[in-house]
Amino acid sequence: MQELFQQLANGIAWGSIYALIALGYTMVYGILRLINFAHGDVYMVGAFAAYYIASATGAGGARASLPMALLVLLGAMLVSALLGMLIEFFAYRPVRRSSRLTALITAIGVSLFLENAGLRLFGADPKFFPQLIPPRRITLAGGVIVTNHQITVVAVSILLMIALTLFIQRTRTGKAMRAVAFNRDAASLMGIPVNRIITITFAIGSALAAAAGVLVGLTNPKIEPLMGIMPGIKAFVAAVLGGIGSIPGAVIGGLVMGVSEYLVVGYVSSTYRDAIAFVILILVLLIRPAGLLGRNVAEKV
Amino acid sequence: MSPRKFSFARGLLWVAAAIALALGVDRLAVNWVNPYFYRILVLCGLNVMLALSLNLVNGITGQFSIGHAGFMAVGAYASAAFTVYAVPRLFGVDADASGLAIVGPLLLALLVGGLTSAIAGFLVGLPSMRLRGDYLAIVTLGFGEIIRVAILNIDAVGGARGFAGIPRRTDLAWVIAGALATWVVLRNLLRSYHGRAFLAIREDEIAAEALGVPTTRYKVTAFVIAAFFAGVAGGLFAHYTYLHTNSFTFMKSIEVIVMVVLGGMGSLLGSVLGATVLTALPEALRFASSERLIIYSLLLIVLMIARPQGILGKTEGKRRK
Repeated sequence: MQELFQQLANGIAWGSIYALIALGYTMVYGILRLINFAHGDVYMVGAFAAYYIASATGAGGARASLPMALLVLLGAMLVSALLGMLIEFFAYRPVRRSSRLTALITAIGVSLFLENAGLRLFGADPKFFPQLIPPRRITLAGGVIVTNHQITVVAVSILLMIALTLFIQRTRTGKAMRAVAFNRDAASLMGIPVNRIITITFAIGSALAAAAGVLVGLTNPKIEPLMGIMPGIKAFVAAVLGGIGSIPGAVIGGLVMGVSEYLVVGYVSSTYRDAIAFVILILVLLIRPAGLLGRNVAEKV
Repeated sequence: MSPRKFSFARGLLWVAAAIALALGVDRLAVNWVNPYFYRILVLCGLNVMLALSLNLVNGITGQFSIGHAGFMAVGAYASAAFTVYAVPRLFGVDADASGLAIVGPLLLALLVGGLTSAIAGFLVGLPSMRLRGDYLAIVTLGFGEIIRVAILNIDAVGGARGFAGIPRRTDLAWVIAGALATWVVLRNLLRSYHGRAFLAIREDEIAAEALGVPTTRYKVTAFVIAAFFAGVAGGLFAHYTYLHTNSFTFMKSIEVIVMVVLGGMGSLLGSVLGATVLTALPEALRFASSERLIIYSLLLIVLMIARPQGILGKTEGKRRK
């Protein structure tokens, strides 16, 4: 029983990270119908941005404190948001009217570019992410051990998700985003600056991915330029699992993925960790083709 | 196009010509180019097979598979396992046999690889009854990953150590023959009644269904045929070089898609060209060793912006939205 709760705790912490990355996928997909393959690499850049900011400011060593950690987090989110906007402007905007496959290949190109530029700039050897917050182990009731890092991961994720939900539901820009996602052409006719909304979407999604990168750095302090590939794919699967385009769906999908991975690691074998996500995905899609929370769109004839 | 009567003699003549061509090119290559270049030619041929077969699903039928490496893996491991475990018992041909003695066993091993992969293709094609577009794509991706992890956990084929002890039986002649066979089958298929059905599904699935094309059956068929040839390509690969699941990651699937799209969706010649260019390009960029993949990715983005239909794609084939 204790083992089960332990794996659940680990899974929820890891799942929150998937959820944060999945949010970016689902937002971009909702608006552009584009699988933004570069998203996992934006997450990687976020982790590296935090690494360099922490090294430059000393937030990882002598001057480690909560405000400094927050500064690193915000800095990394800003860098990635800018990167996301640049990617959208230079790579995705020119192919927006082309076929979806063209856009997809462009996204793959951007992804390869970021990975290889990362290998060149940051080096292929893994870097050790600075300890922004000194690690501590906390024993919960029933003998379940969590680290304060895991709690931070879950807390920051929840805060960001609440902020995102409020932003999308309560602000004018959020309303415009929903309108563009619903029908881009009609939104444009209603005077919504579609280009600006798409840019904002990329900025927010990329910032969330960067936050995930920083949080991963906290819990698994080894970062390298190819770290974004697998989490990127799995977060996308999480988004599809939850119903792509749906924000609560992305969160649920991410948590399901994280928890099921840890259950497989705990009870089956860690070598099957990368497969379980896809097994669940295929099962869910066969039963509910639109994902857990996705709406079934009737086909127009 | 007037239908020509099938002539067995003419068919046999073509097969003989193809074999002669494959052997001739192989002899020339062995004598005239260095082993490094020979290896690139072999990989080119394998990629041509993969790109052509994927084109049937992605370009011609308009479905979207991003798990082609999974089929290659199934074929590679099935045929390798056949060669290692069954061939010595069935034929009494041991690992260091060569010449004519290996033709039969290798041919059979490739067939086993292709058929096993075709069965996998059938299973993956089935969800296409319910899923379309990106969802189908993600299922194929999932399939590719599941296969890779599953093989990694089978100890009889080496698992994480890689499959050792497979005799090296593939040479350029085999690969050329395989690529030619793929080309001929797909070309003839495309010109047939069935080929029109595949194209109709791409152009407008609902209209095709309304006109009496059994769309599900054709979509599954496309997956099965594509998986067969990918499996054969995998079998050739397994008998050529070190076999490990790392050769069949998601990146390999992406690589093949890029070949198809770059060459031009639906264009067979385009796939050949795309596969050749994209196998050769990273090698040609070797002078800029550490920057070559950066240049490669930038070229890809620029090409997609400048010529989204691919090198040999037709503009009129462009789909709305």
